[in-house]
Amino acid sequence: MAGPEIKAPPFRDIPTIPALIPGAMAASKPYVANQKVQEGIGFRGELAENWQELAIEKMGDLLGKYRSLKVYMDSCVHCGACTDKCHYFIGTGDPKNMPVARQELMRSVYRRYFTLPGKLFPSLVGAKDLTKEVLDDWYSYFWQCSECRRCSLFCPYGIDTAEVTMAARAIMDHIGLGQKYSNEILAKVNKIGNNLGLPGPALEDTLQGLEEDVKEETGVDVKFPLDVKGADVLLITPSADFFAEPHIDSLIGYAKVFHAAGISWTLSSYASEAGNFGLFNGSYEMMQKVAMRIRDSALELGVKRIVVGECGHAWRVAYAFWNTLTGLGGGGTDPFSIELQKQLDPTFRQPSHICEVTWDLIQQGKLKFDKSANDHRTITFHDSCNVARASRMGDSPGGQFDIPRNIIKAVANNYVEMEKSTVREKTFCCGGGGGVLTDDLLDIRVKGALPRMEALKQVSDHDGVNFMATICAICKAQFTKVLPYYGFNMRVVGGVHQLVSTAIKLGDEQ
Amino acid sequence: MTAATYFFAILFYAATALLVVGLIYKIADFARTPAPLLIPTTPAPTTTGGVVFRMFREVALFESLFKSNLWIWAFGWMFHMGLFLVLARHLRYFTEPVWTWVALIQPFGLYAGFAMAAGLAGLWARRFLVERIRYISTPSDHLMLALLLGIAATGLLMKFVMHTDIVAVKTFFLGLMRFDIQPLPEHPGLYIHLGLVAILMIVFPISKLLHAPGVFFSPSRNQADNPREARHLAPWAAKLDAK
Repeated sequence: MAGPEIKAPPFRDIPTIPALIPGAMAASKPYVANQKVQEGIGFRGELAENWQELAIEKMGDLLGKYRSLKVYMDSCVHCGACTDKCHYFIGTGDPKNMPVARQELMRSVYRRYFTLPGKLFPSLVGAKDLTKEVLDDWYSYFWQCSECRRCSLFCPYGIDTAEVTMAARAIMDHIGLGQKYSNEILAKVNKIGNNLGLPGPALEDTLQGLEEDVKEETGVDVKFPLDVKGADVLLITPSADFFAEPHIDSLIGYAKVFHAAGISWTLSSYASEAGNFGLFNGSYEMMQKVAMRIRDSALELGVKRIVVGECGHAWRVAYAFWNTLTGLGGGGTDPFSIELQKQLDPTFRQPSHICEVTWDLIQQGKLKFDKSANDHRTITFHDSCNVARASRMGDSPGGQFDIPRNIIKAVANNYVEMEKSTVREKTFCCGGGGGVLTDDLLDIRVKGALPRMEALKQVSDHDGVNFMATICAICKAQFTKVLPYYGFNMRVVGGVHQLVSTAIKLGDEQ
Repeated sequence: MTAATYFFAILFYAATALLVVGLIYKIADFARTPAPLLIPTTPAPTTTGGVVFRMFREVALFESLFKSNLWIWAFGWMFHMGLFLVLARHLRYFTEPVWTWVALIQPFGLYAGFAMAAGLAGLWARRFLVERIRYISTPSDHLMLALLLGIAATGLLMKFVMHTDIVAVKTFFLGLMRFDIQPLPEHPGLYIHLGLVAILMIVFPISKLLHAPGVFFSPSRNQADNPREARHLAPWAAKLDAK
């Protein structure tokens, strides 16, 4: 895949739905995971000889374990409501990127092997044998889904293509056809504790460097503690926050918030990753294994609160799944969850998002800001899909939209909202979520960013927006990469706590 | 009594049995399959009462579809509400004396027949006219619309053009319900109408018509958004979660 050939699609004057271009993205395929990577995380090393049989067996297994998959396979009526809702379809015009058509890749196989009409009259009901050709389509198009759930919002039955994509990926992993990028990350997090493979000593070094940088810049001793037993807060943040730009500016922001509010906190070298690629691959066991590191670390360090940094899918796993997977939450009645929950302080939400922490402190008057420090910025907010459509913040539905915006408005003077059909629960994915944030998929990533880039272009031209804040490590990395393709500076994207960091008054200066 | 009477008597017993057994099997299957993780599409209600209200809006008003596509919503809602009223109106063939509310809705049921047919025609037209929907349509999607439109058309035909002896039809169905077979009027429109209805009943549990029970079991719509407040466990997953 030659980089220079990749071009952004032109902005549409009016956001019309593209005409179909069958096969436009059929060649887009990520690199296949090699034998060592596959076997290292417990999958078959290469495509098994009897892969077809194994795949159908695994599909049957998943159909019995996930009500979502079973109901979604049976319930679609092909109404077409979702057909124009996917950013990858909008950016490519490839009909197999319409959510219903993506689901159909699996549904046609489901019908053939698991339903009576499909066994008797396959062509009548669109049932298909699982051939090598179909598997090729699976590998192409189930890696052109970012599991963003925008289609599920608009489906009259709530059919969530993400659930179908996850199942398809789990089946492909099972038969030995894994994706290199995601599975290498899973291998790293299992071995070292974070997706980047950053070992403890390197992490310690990085954090020390940050302390020096912040001291130089502000004159204040803001600490970045690591593995501190008995700290109140354990911060779990995406490992990109430790070194990538602009992520690191948000990490500095979290540290300044804890410093200004006088909260004792720590990072963990054992659980130095909020992200959880087990989600993307539809592996319950893998997702749990990754999440267990956080539970174990919390017990080991004896912390009272767990706080999660700016990361979209990590917040979904933390908010919606941690309690189930590891007992990290509230309301547990079994010994396993009570063991952890009796240690955690029930007066706080467990786990809390860093935005919830900051917003609560702002409301309590514990943080002070110089809003004019952000006056060089005109800011908009990009809702990240997993935060928007798969989680919540605060106590009422929709808090995940209001709280980050409230923080921005509390720390900056110039805020502009993007086109309303592209924000809050209707937000468009950045184009890089769900395990596709890899250079071998750059073409689809660039094209999938089109709807968000159009909305940004509009507020950039009309309102002078020069900063798009977001609370997701993948969004930040993806935009940094694709913004230039659309004629923007890559520094346009940044974190909410980057803005907090700019404006916050550290107690010691006052 | 004619052979047709016996044919339709047996057909309706068989169709009813297949519909009931098939639906019970599918619903039990949906209910028994665990939902190991909380996956409501958010923002979602945080309480059971809120979930009931969300589901009511989905089922009665097609809320998500309304937000999604006004054309599909308009045709789809018109068809389903028409069908609902028409079905309610048909209860008079199965009850003696006819329930008061069924008697009261009779005039509305008439218009509903036309709304149902118009909605179906609109949905079918979209399968030909809209490129994206043409792409995703299978032969069975077209046949399903033909079946429903055939039922609506023959029903309207008997009401407005070629009347049949509806008193005798009612006697036939009341008889079926008491296992006492009564003569069915000889009427080609009636035969087609009843034949198509029986086919619909038979394919219901093995086709996309399962969206009717399916929507109630859709985890993205029927779960409360309360994962931090209560620990959600499903049997197969709990074995992994409690170690």
